[in-house]
Amino acid sequence: MIISVASGKGGTGKTTVAVNLALSLKNIQLLDCDVEEPNAHLFIGPHIKDKVGASIPVPEVDEAKCTYCGKCRDVCAYHAIAVVPGDSGNKGSVLIFKHLCHGCGACSLLCPRGAIKEVSKEIGIIELGEKDNMQFVQGRLNIGETMSPPLIRQVKNYINPTKTVIIDAPPGTSCPVITAVKGSNFCVLVTEPTPFGLNDLILAVEVLRKLQIPFGVVINRSDIGDGKVEDYCRQGYIPVLMKIPFSREIAVSYSRGTPIVEKDLSYRDKFINLYLGICGAKNEANSRH
Amino acid sequence: MKQIAVISGKGGTGKTVVTGGLAALAKSKIMVDCDVDAADLHLLLHPLVKERHDFRSGQTAVIDKKSCSRCGECLAACRFGAIKTDYRIESFSCEGCALCSYLCPHGAIRMEENVAGEWFISDTRYGPFVHAKLGIAEENSGKLVVKIKQVAKELAEKQALDYMIIDGPPGIGCPVIASLSGVDCVLIVTEPTLSGLHDAKRVMELAKHFNIPAKLVVNKYDLNPSMTERVEEFCLSAGVPVSGKIVFDKTVVKALVEGKTIIEYAQCAAGDELRKIWEILKS
Repeated sequence: MIISVASGKGGTGKTTVAVNLALSLKNIQLLDCDVEEPNAHLFIGPHIKDKVGASIPVPEVDEAKCTYCGKCRDVCAYHAIAVVPGDSGNKGSVLIFKHLCHGCGACSLLCPRGAIKEVSKEIGIIELGEKDNMQFVQGRLNIGETMSPPLIRQVKNYINPTKTVIIDAPPGTSCPVITAVKGSNFCVLVTEPTPFGLNDLILAVEVLRKLQIPFGVVINRSDIGDGKVEDYCRQGYIPVLMKIPFSREIAVSYSRGTPIVEKDLSYRDKFINLYLGICGAKNEANSRH
Repeated sequence: MKQIAVISGKGGTGKTVVTGGLAALAKSKIMVDCDVDAADLHLLLHPLVKERHDFRSGQTAVIDKKSCSRCGECLAACRFGAIKTDYRIESFSCEGCALCSYLCPHGAIRMEENVAGEWFISDTRYGPFVHAKLGIAEENSGKLVVKIKQVAKELAEKQALDYMIIDGPPGIGCPVIASLSGVDCVLIVTEPTLSGLHDAKRVMELAKHFNIPAKLVVNKYDLNPSMTERVEEFCLSAGVPVSGKIVFDKTVVKALVEGKTIIEYAQCAAGDELRKIWEILKS
C-alpha cells in the first residue's frame, strides 16, 4: 500500500506524521518527496548508501545540420527556444532557455533535419539509504532550479511494492503535490484548527477528490484555534483519523529533530491506530466505489 | 517603490501572520499574495473584490474518440503519463506540450486552452491587494505569480505607492522564484527547529543566487532558545542580519481565529516585535 501525507498549508505537521507513522510500523519504505525542502532525514538519521543525480532531458542543437527553419521554436509550448535565422553570409543561431524546458521531447522528435539531440541537465539528487529495517529515499532539488515535478517522479521510481510505502509530500495544491500523491492508495491530510488550516484543507480535499484518492484527516495542535475544521470534516463525511494536541514537549522534541514516538512510547500505539484507521477508511472508500 | 517579499522555505513558520502585520504597519503600500496555490492572506485582509479576471495559461490535449485509431503513437511519445491505455487524457497529468497532437497520424488530438485559475484586484482596510486562486489541480502557479506581481507593480506605480508587500509561497521552486523577481529585500521567517534552520539555509542560498539582500526573523524563538542561537550563528556566518525574534504568543492564534492582524487585535509581545522589525525594514 502507498500512503501519502499531504496538507495544503505548510508547517501543519506532514513530516511529523510521516516520520512517526513510519517508525511505528514494520516493513516500511519512506519517500521524502518534498524535494524543495526535504526534512524527514533530520528525524530519521538514515545511513545514506547511494546518491544518484537526477536530470531532465534538454535539447542540444547540432548547428552543422540546423537550417534555422524555426520548427523547434514553433512547437515548443514553453517558449524555451529562440531561433535567429541566418542572412546572407551570416550564420543563424538557436538559443535554448533550459530553465523553461519541461523535457517533453517535441523539438528533437519534430526537427525535420534531425539536428536536435537531448542531453541531460542535472536538477537535483536522489539519496538512497536505510535506518534499521526502514528503506529511505529522498530527493533534493538544486538551488535556483524551478522544476520539482520531474525530480519527484524520479524519486517515486524507487517505490518498493513489497513494502508499505509512506510518501512525505510537499505543501500546496499544485503540480508538485499532485505529482507526489498521484498513484497513492490513501492520502492523509494534516491540518490545524485555524482559519488558514481550514482554508487550505478545503483546497487539498478538492484536489484529492479530483484525483480520486481516498483520504482522511489528522488534526495537529488540535486544542488551539477553533472547531471549524472538525465541523467541516463532519459535514463532508471526512474521517478524522487522529488528533494531536499541542504540547510544548512535542514542539521542543520536534525542534531538536527527535520523533515523538522515541520521546513518548505511548505515541507508538497512537500511530499504529492511525495506520489501522487508514486501512479502515481506505477499505470503506473502496467499497463505496 | 520598494518590494519586500516574505518567504520561509519551510511552510507554516508564520509568513502570512508577519505579512499581515507589515500590511497594518506600512503606509502607502500594495499587498500581493503570491502563495497562489494555498492563499491565506485574504483571511486577514478581507478583500472587497473590485476586479476579477480569468487566468488563461497552458493547454490540455483532447482526443477525438471518433478519429482515433488507437495506433499508440501518442501513448508512446507522452513523457508525462497523461495518456491512459484507453486513450483518455488525464488532464492533471498533461503538461500541454502538444507533442501528441503533432504526432497523431489522424489529426485526432487538439489542444484546448486552460482556464488555470483567477486573479483579483481588491480593496482592503490597509490599501489595494492583488491576489489569485489557482484552479483545482492546475499547474502554472509560477506564471500566475508573474501575472499578479506585474498587475500589482503597475497599480503601485500608477498610485505612486512606496511599498509592495509580498506574501510568498513555501519552498524554493517555481512559484518562489517567480515571487522574487524585482524584489529589493526578502524577509525570511523561520522557527527554531532543525527543519526551520535546514530550510532557512536553502532559502538564504536562493536569495544569494538571485543577489537579493535578505533579513531574517525567528518566530516562536523561545520554544527552543539553543536552536535560536544556532540560527543566529548561522545568519552571522552567512551575513544575513537577524531583524527580530518573535516570542511564542497565544495571542497570534486568537487574532488569526478572529481574522485580524496581530497589530490591530491587541497589544501583544509579538505585535511589539513586529513594529521593531518594520522600523528596521523601512530604514
